[in-house]
Amino acid sequence: MRIGFIPLLDMAALVAAEEQGFARREGIHLQLVKDVSWSNIRDRLAFRQFDVAHMLSPMPVASQLGLGSNPYSCFTPFALGRGGNSITLSLHLYREMQEVTGLDGSEDALANARALKAVIERRRQDGRKPLVFAMTYPFSSHNYEFRFWLAAGGIDPNSDVMMTVVPPPMTVDAMTARVIDGFCVNAPWNMIAVEKGVGRIVATKADIWPSAPEKVLGVSPEWAEKNPEILSRLIVALDAAARWCDDPDNHGSLAEMLGDPAYVGASPEMILRLLKGELTVDPNGRMRSMHSYLMFYGQAANFPWISQARWIYSQMIRWGQTDHTDAYLARVEAAYRPDIYRTALVGSAKVIPVADSKVEGVGSNSIVGSAAGDDLAAAMDAFIDGRAFDPNDIQGYVSGFGIRAK
Amino acid sequence: MTKGTQTGQRPLRVAIIEENSVRAAILLDGLREAGVADVEVIDTMTHMLRRLSTVDPDVIIIGIENPSRDVLEQMFQVSKLVSRPVAMFVDRSDHGMIQAAVEAGVSAYVVDGLRKERVKAIVDMAVSRFNAFDRLQRELVATRNELASRKIIERAKGILMRTRQLSEEEAYALLRQTAMNEKRKLVDIAQSVVTAASLLEK
Repeated sequence: MRIGFIPLLDMAALVAAEEQGFARREGIHLQLVKDVSWSNIRDRLAFRQFDVAHMLSPMPVASQLGLGSNPYSCFTPFALGRGGNSITLSLHLYREMQEVTGLDGSEDALANARALKAVIERRRQDGRKPLVFAMTYPFSSHNYEFRFWLAAGGIDPNSDVMMTVVPPPMTVDAMTARVIDGFCVNAPWNMIAVEKGVGRIVATKADIWPSAPEKVLGVSPEWAEKNPEILSRLIVALDAAARWCDDPDNHGSLAEMLGDPAYVGASPEMILRLLKGELTVDPNGRMRSMHSYLMFYGQAANFPWISQARWIYSQMIRWGQTDHTDAYLARVEAAYRPDIYRTALVGSAKVIPVADSKVEGVGSNSIVGSAAGDDLAAAMDAFIDGRAFDPNDIQGYVSGFGIRAK
Repeated sequence: MTKGTQTGQRPLRVAIIEENSVRAAILLDGLREAGVADVEVIDTMTHMLRRLSTVDPDVIIIGIENPSRDVLEQMFQVSKLVSRPVAMFVDRSDHGMIQAAVEAGVSAYVVDGLRKERVKAIVDMAVSRFNAFDRLQRELVATRNELASRKIIERAKGILMRTRQLSEEEAYALLRQTAMNEKRKLVDIAQSVVTAASLLEK
């Protein structure tokens, strides 16, 4: 099987499936093919150069909605995990925020967003040009998370700043060259910016929405139709691989594996620190310890929740990428396939959620019913703005945002 | 449709996003041959968006190994950067062509309303030029390898002549005979001789 990927730590389950023999045990050989852009991942899946691919969680949704320049409809039956994203601002900008608002460095993500708002106001008064912020793709968790965080701080991403795209491996250089003032990207790029002394991490994905899906396994419908049995075995292999990746005892080997130039090609020591959730957030050495900064398996992280596909859709509507219609809603649901996940893993000892949808971001430790009768306790699940998302009221949710595309 | 005929009237303007100057030249040449004179080469990501909106091309050609493709995707989303809608040239009725394009490593973005056959000619040309460039690269590598092999064989011959008091012809014959006996390449045998000699010299 040919699998396309972009070199990022969130591809861990794919690498472990091949390197640790989980795929072989299922009689599959994975040929992992490195690529340079999400557009390529999309197109090479469409034109059969890949059978399945490492994808951004909004990509299957965008593809079903016909968004983007080659909207080839694909779907996901398996999420590759959560976390790993961070928002990094240039050190100059952060120091300016400290000067203006007196931040001492211990503030949370929301306080940082508000401090940024104050700086933006001041820059406007001084007639300075708008800040430029980068993410990796128009239909990416990074785009929606960066915008969500800005808006939570009272900043309108469409009018107060410039949002642009910079490919992940170029983010740190672009920041060093002062072409961009901030970016949102997955590991390891944020910490590389901090270690190079050019960036300050001000928010992580978990600060914005802990349960947010990050990368997913994107599958071509034609391939899946011809190979349902192989797809099923691949899900079993990935399930085992993801569990292996989450085990702290394996983090050392996983860091070595991902550090290989054939995969991510970053220093294993840094990868290990990221896997442990030990982030250096400021070049002055300030650390932040986060339990499960990268989560590959726990808390049903691999389950493709329909409610999460709907949340992604709500953000696409919020920022004017698409409209809200019932016909579109049906297509959004075709993008995430919990039914295939369940069929593949039924009968295993695994705890599988019994519902396809839930209210997202309920604000407390949410409990998810499972088929086995046990409850899956998820950790604290709240959005940074404190509002919960009812998947059955997308319209109401979107119109409740003070800042959105007009 | 009326818009299509209108755009069909004026000469096509093509932008090539390409950092490799040799490949850019090959493409440029191909476009000129195809009668497209209005071509702009953008060779760096810096200010790519600004330059594209100034050039306002009908067709954008970019290699798929160029990470800037994702930057273009965003540009097409933000309508204020381009005056006309742009889509990747995907003609479902001609799956073979687009397949060939992806295999050759080229993608083309085309403004809405352009007549298909005009664009197809350009994309076909880009595909064949990308393939030609690939061939060129391979030939270059092959030539380099051949040169390197010849040097190794020369050195091995020299070593044999010196250590075993052979003439040049005898040294070469010995290498060839050994290669035939061991069913290996001449250059591999020569390499072994060179390596062995360097070990012994130390």
